[in-house]
Amino acid sequence: MQPDFPEATDPTSMTLEAFADTIIPGEKRHRHDHAVAGVSAGGGAVASGALELLRHPAGGLADSLDGLAMMLNGHTQQYAAERGLALADDLPPFVALAFADRTALVAQLTGVDHPEKALWVGMALFSNMAFDSAAHLSTPDALRDGHPGLLSIGYTAPDADGAWRFPRFSYGRALADIHPNTTPTGSPA
Amino acid sequence: MSAVESTDVLVIGSGFGGAIAAYHLAAGGARVVVLERGPWLTADEFDHDFKLGSSYTRIFDFTIGDGMSVLSGNCVGGGSVVYFATMPRAPRFVFERQGSIGRRMWPASITRDTLDPWYDRVSEALPVTQQSWDRIPYGGGLWAAACHHAGRTANPAPSAVDVAECVNCNWMAAGCKFDAKKSLLLNYLPGAVEHGAEIRPLHEVQHLSRNDDGSYRVHYRIVDGEDYRILHDEGAIDAQIVVLAAGTAATPVILQRSEATLGPMPHAVGRYFSGNGERLNTAVFDEEKVRDVLGLSRGDGVAYEAYQIGRGPTVASWDRLDGSLPEYERYSLEQLYFPPGLGTILAQAADAAGPTWFGVEKKEMLRRWRSWLTIFTMSEDDNEGVFGPPPETGAATRFSQQMLGHSSLTYRPTANTRRGWELSDADVKDILERDGLATVTPWTNDVVGAYTVHPLASCRIGDDPATSALDDRHELRDHPGIFVTDGSAVPGALTVNPALTISALAERAMPGIVQAAQRRGVAVTYVGDLPKPVASSRVPARHR
Repeated sequence: MQPDFPEATDPTSMTLEAFADTIIPGEKRHRHDHAVAGVSAGGGAVASGALELLRHPAGGLADSLDGLAMMLNGHTQQYAAERGLALADDLPPFVALAFADRTALVAQLTGVDHPEKALWVGMALFSNMAFDSAAHLSTPDALRDGHPGLLSIGYTAPDADGAWRFPRFSYGRALADIHPNTTPTGSPA
Repeated sequence: MSAVESTDVLVIGSGFGGAIAAYHLAAGGARVVVLERGPWLTADEFDHDFKLGSSYTRIFDFTIGDGMSVLSGNCVGGGSVVYFATMPRAPRFVFERQGSIGRRMWPASITRDTLDPWYDRVSEALPVTQQSWDRIPYGGGLWAAACHHAGRTANPAPSAVDVAECVNCNWMAAGCKFDAKKSLLLNYLPGAVEHGAEIRPLHEVQHLSRNDDGSYRVHYRIVDGEDYRILHDEGAIDAQIVVLAAGTAATPVILQRSEATLGPMPHAVGRYFSGNGERLNTAVFDEEKVRDVLGLSRGDGVAYEAYQIGRGPTVASWDRLDGSLPEYERYSLEQLYFPPGLGTILAQAADAAGPTWFGVEKKEMLRRWRSWLTIFTMSEDDNEGVFGPPPETGAATRFSQQMLGHSSLTYRPTANTRRGWELSDADVKDILERDGLATVTPWTNDVVGAYTVHPLASCRIGDDPATSALDDRHELRDHPGIFVTDGSAVPGALTVNPALTISALAERAMPGIVQAAQRRGVAVTYVGDLPKPVASSRVPARHR
């Protein structure tokens, strides 16, 4: 199951969702979902709570998100103009881009020499973290509630007390010869 | 500003370099105060949780520089609380390295032979133990089996984990809630406290100044306990001796900021930073091949699918730690677990038509996370890291409430460094892609630069004043009474995990620091005993 995230309708949120969906894509939440491109089965960064994490006061991006969405849409308009792409005018520009173009633009913005690279890498880092570590949620709670990212990567559930223990952990046998120059303390010579 | 306090010895930082100094100086009778920028957590407070604000973000710093990102500890106990506790000694050839300076980098007085007695001491104190195959977690076993299949050797690496107490949860980076990892909270720090040392968490040293009598004044700010971007009151403590052990990414920054009050720093302060030549590759295994080619089974029909299980790196291949090979071509290859989040973002999807580190193909790679194995290269870099002008406060400009920040470090890997990485990439690929066992890709350096969990050498020892900030007794050149004992003092990359070497160097420096304190009128002797281990990190809490 996927957590029931309220769908964004304001332009900033839709733009941020589309960015997060470019980092870890997911399936559309419904037929008219524009922010999520729907290029991958199962929930992606958006269903994993990317917006919630981006807006988390501990993260450091929350106060910048309106500005970042505006910048991203500005870059999109330039990207589209350079390529003669027509963008639907009832959607934020980045949301109006096809997934392949979203991907190409994010690759530019996070590229080695882009002057705003640090900002977009930060956005990408949080989008990724929403998916594979659910950093806006308690990990045991997230697993219990079916967090799509943690379940996708196969992160196992903890013991009843919320701690992880693996009583079976070893093949239990020697699987290689040790280096001939190992010292009696077990270090390299 | 509150009244200036006074002590004999002021220790900055409570990781290996600071804790060892605090113990020996307090045991010898000196009044010791330890200022630690991070919080003081014990086993009860170490969470199994990735949530922002859990111990995972409270005790860890991840600072992004220009070309190099650094992971380091940020708590009482420093790196020992967050590290993976793999504790090999550095191979003999490391001490003969010339690196970028065309002469031996290490002081003439230090060789593997002269350091071995100090390695012995730390190994006894923590303690460090040899590991046996029967308790090596699946990931280490898989790496060993693949090495063997490729005609290579592999060793269970010495460790400061008591495996009898370990539950193989792989939450080591968030602190060990079972006290199975023998961090400094279980030996040197409680020992120092027992001898009267005072440890003050959330005290971030900003700069030093010199008093008319030749003593030093250490200026600090109180760090907010939840939002580290917020600094509260300031204060100062006078001391005859300052032991600076704030960590490789912080020690040179404090000294750079102190130039205005202390005068010029040696040229090597904030230069010659080494990332320990670190490089990561991610392998995604074909489970059928693991079973059919390597003959591995967990006994329940599953061959591996065990990336989450274990205790960080446990098995290393040391075939390329061969002193007869040219410098920059020697490295160890160690199996590693890296938690999600920071441990996945830089992994690259193999043979991707689109972007490698994000997007559709990356998500498909993440779906196979249980079959991942990270292989960690520690090689010989060229000490090419340089710290720029210090930020207004702290070691980095904090971006998030905790953990994330931007540093002034610049790192442009030279051809030498890149050659070591390329050789090791090819080696890992050769070992793990044989017979279709796995697909292997290196982490991208294009997102946050290269990446190190073992920063070294930003304020290093040496015999040459032009290329070393410290003499071979770890005293800061031209600033008598200031000693540096953390990873920044190590001259260069070690080709193995450095914690035992950092600690051995700190132990070795202690008799000299005690003598310097005596010359400055401090009533202290070098006792030379070792702290008694304690069973629980909860013990010193009463002193908090």
